[in-house]
Amino acid sequence: MELTSSTERGVQIVTVQEQRIDAAAALAFKDRVRDVTEGGQDTVLLDLNHVVFIDSNGLGAIVASMKILSPKRRLVLAGLTPAVDKVFRLTRMDSVFGVFATVEAALNELRE
Amino acid sequence: MGRRPPLPLFSISLLGVEDAVLEGIAQTLAWLTPLELSEDETNTVQLVLAEALNNVVEHALAGTGGQTTVEIRGHHGASGLDLCIVDKGIAMPDGVVPRLPAPDVTVDVADLPDGGFGWFLIHTLAQDVTYVRRGKHNYLTLRLAVAL
Repeated sequence: MELTSSTERGVQIVTVQEQRIDAAAALAFKDRVRDVTEGGQDTVLLDLNHVVFIDSNGLGAIVASMKILSPKRRLVLAGLTPAVDKVFRLTRMDSVFGVFATVEAALNELRE
Repeated sequence: MGRRPPLPLFSISLLGVEDAVLEGIAQTLAWLTPLELSEDETNTVQLVLAEALNNVVEHALAGTGGQTTVEIRGHHGASGLDLCIVDKGIAMPDGVVPRLPAPDVTVDVADLPDGGFGWFLIHTLAQDVTYVRRGKHNYLTLRLAVAL
């Protein structure tokens, strides 16, 4: 599970460099997010633009990652492809996360 | 749109382990090529198959380490794509398809569910989801309203 991380305008951007977050990858994803976000910024922006498929395990791992960061820090999402967006919408999890079209849109919106 | 040539019955066999699920889905999608599914329909097929197959390898076949296979049978007709997933694992608890409610997303972050979405997604995307145990086999059948 390859994730890359950078910081821009006080936001930690974590980009998933994989096409799938499925049952086989969910645990590794959760562990990697925990590792790369340790001691980082208060807001973590998860960029999912390379991800073309998630299943319920992948969704569960993203929710679990948010729970690990809370309550002091928050996880927001950007770059949901249609298949990923579908899973978030069907489960209403899109109402729980801040969801942005792109990283750029998220950074503009999040800047206070 | 011209008449679509009928899709022949197909059957795919995969090893009953997590790592084989992706290949099983890919083989099924290859069989469905003549249906010319839209991107959204393809996503639906992928997601439902992933959830159903994950349930089989994680629960029915838990701990078997790939000693048995899982079969995906499919057929496309006027009412959509009929899929049947057959395995030789342990029976579904209570002998019925689990029917879980939509996850409650109105709670605090700390109380959000991070699992239990699988059956909800299957029931939301598929119709006529049924389960039967016959002999030593589990049969999960469902219908997807795609390529209608």
